[in-house]
Amino acid sequence: MFINFFYLLRNYGVPVSITEWMTLVEALAKGLAASSLMGFYHLARTVLVKSETHFDRYDLAFANYFDGIDTPIELTDKVLKWLEKALPPLHISPEERQQFKDWDLDELRRQLEERLRDQKGEHHGGGNWIGTGGTSRFGHSGYNPAGVRLGGQSVNKSAVKVAAERNFRGFRTDETLGVRQFEVALRKLRQLSSKVEGPKEELDIDETIKETGEKGGMLHLVWSRGRKNMVKVALIMDSGGSMMPYLRICSQLFTAMNRASHFKDLRFFFFHNCVYQHIYLDPSCQVRNSIRTEDLFHQLGSEYKVIFLGDASMAPSELLMVDGAIDWYYSNPEPGITWLQRIADRFSHSVWLNPIPAAYWERTYGSYTINLIRELFPMFELTVEGLEGAIKKLKVRK
Amino acid sequence: MLEARATFTGTSDYIASEDLQNSVNVSIALGRPLLIKGEPGTGKTMLARSIAEGMGMDLLIWNIKSTTKAKDGLYIYDTVQRLYDSQFGDHDVSDIRHYIRHGKMGEAFLSDKKVVLLIDEIDKADIEFPNDLLWELDVMSFDIPETGETVRANHRPAVIITSNAEKELPDAFLRRCVFHYISFPDAEMMKEIVRVHYPDLEQKLLEEAMKAFYWIRSIDGLQKKPSTSELLDWVQALTIGGISPAKISKELPFLGVLIKKDNDFGAVLQRLHSGQGMQRKSSGPGILRNW
Repeated sequence: MFINFFYLLRNYGVPVSITEWMTLVEALAKGLAASSLMGFYHLARTVLVKSETHFDRYDLAFANYFDGIDTPIELTDKVLKWLEKALPPLHISPEERQQFKDWDLDELRRQLEERLRDQKGEHHGGGNWIGTGGTSRFGHSGYNPAGVRLGGQSVNKSAVKVAAERNFRGFRTDETLGVRQFEVALRKLRQLSSKVEGPKEELDIDETIKETGEKGGMLHLVWSRGRKNMVKVALIMDSGGSMMPYLRICSQLFTAMNRASHFKDLRFFFFHNCVYQHIYLDPSCQVRNSIRTEDLFHQLGSEYKVIFLGDASMAPSELLMVDGAIDWYYSNPEPGITWLQRIADRFSHSVWLNPIPAAYWERTYGSYTINLIRELFPMFELTVEGLEGAIKKLKVRK
Repeated sequence: MLEARATFTGTSDYIASEDLQNSVNVSIALGRPLLIKGEPGTGKTMLARSIAEGMGMDLLIWNIKSTTKAKDGLYIYDTVQRLYDSQFGDHDVSDIRHYIRHGKMGEAFLSDKKVVLLIDEIDKADIEFPNDLLWELDVMSFDIPETGETVRANHRPAVIITSNAEKELPDAFLRRCVFHYISFPDAEMMKEIVRVHYPDLEQKLLEEAMKAFYWIRSIDGLQKKPSTSELLDWVQALTIGGISPAKISKELPFLGVLIKKDNDFGAVLQRLHSGQGMQRKSSGPGILRNW
């Protein structure tokens, strides 16, 4: 019956597999959901969702699917026991009815919550506590037109409401997150030297012992090839004024890159809006602290993986015209796009990370240049998910 | 320090939220491993101890290191010992079975009672590690090719796996687990936790320490936020040091117990002395949100 929920979850981007769904069915058959929607909410989340980054999507899907379902309210056994010993039903005159009219449901729920919290034992025939008879709003066999008949209901938060709170919003991977998340994503960028290449230079102790043991004590040395991460990375960052709004997120990526200790080599370069014949060694982008872009090609072998970080948004002239550079004292005999093309040709593994969300790439101020640059470099938005996509891309040749 | 106390005082010192308890029960009822994630210091490892004590089972801990291989948990064939023995000739080396040592998982399978098996920090090992355990966790048995034996679990152990999310776990592995994320405790729950560890703590001191603790956690850009275990240490330091509650938010004594990174240290002190820091924070209940 819930099969649509399964597909809804998948539509919302929660990667649920058949195996997990069958596990849930098994769990439901065992009665682990405790026959309440809240129980189902937790059970299904425990079984189906395997990462806190997907909790938020799960919540959205859950709220969507179960919205409007009047939650059967779970009552504690204790309260039900109080109600077992009943007074005879109470009859009430029309005048007495009058005073009970004006109550709204929210107020009532609040009160019941309080009662449930404060009431210590059973109670019959009063006007306040949960019990039978009497005129309290909570209980049964009594009279209160604005009351809650308690025979299986409570006002604990409904599962749909919990889901709607979206407590796990902060864990979404498509939200821009902190340094730590970037670090984890970057860790995937590794390319181990294969065990079939390179010299056999590490003594394989386990194998040596095993071989020697099997030879009955005759020493037999076994050598193997070690595995090292061979990845070399160059991060080329835009430090232009239009990057100011993204300073924080860029510096987070920068920190994460810096801290990532598993690269064989890591180099940083900077540019102002677009790369021309010079590429800068610090964010201030002064020619005196720069190298010629051509020299970059000599310094970095084609095996370097190049990550551009920039909004790719500029005046078309900056990208396409001779002398189009934004700095008035700087003249470029060749347009920026030519240089970008050269970099793209030189480094077969390169990507462009853009702090502008992908949804705006078609509409934002720089969409013209963004789209030109996208033709040269695979472009990803600067979120954890985007970075993961970029890293996948970096592992294969364009 | 968390760990040390647990062994002495039992589960009464471990506060598990209701959904955590549910997740544990679901995992045991379904016979699936329970994968626990959460910020460091939220008591992931403690949970297994608490389950073991609470349910009267023995606890086996398999600590994973970066060099751990899946096979280590099943059994080790001690060829070196066999080699020695063959040289001195005082043991019967013809029977390989004498040289098979069971790992933690093997022990858990062979135990004649149901046990709790904690596979701690599974993400420390190589990326492929969890995949190598899929079959064993699924069918709860493994073969020893050297002797041709098959080890089968007498009682399906309750398997608890913790991860700090340092590496992504493979999907095939995740599909077989049930998952729980321990979120960082809110102030109310945290008070309970501290109370459980230090029942005699002065109320005023606790209030002030909590205020300072959540204030520090709310500072943006800390490299490592202090966690539960650090708060517990700090509270103890404050008690032993005889610090008066009034001083706590003004001076943050023993800050080194809470903050482990140089940069963070600077950041916190700067905030504190800039005059805007704690004063503004301590004024209202919105302590977590203002920043």
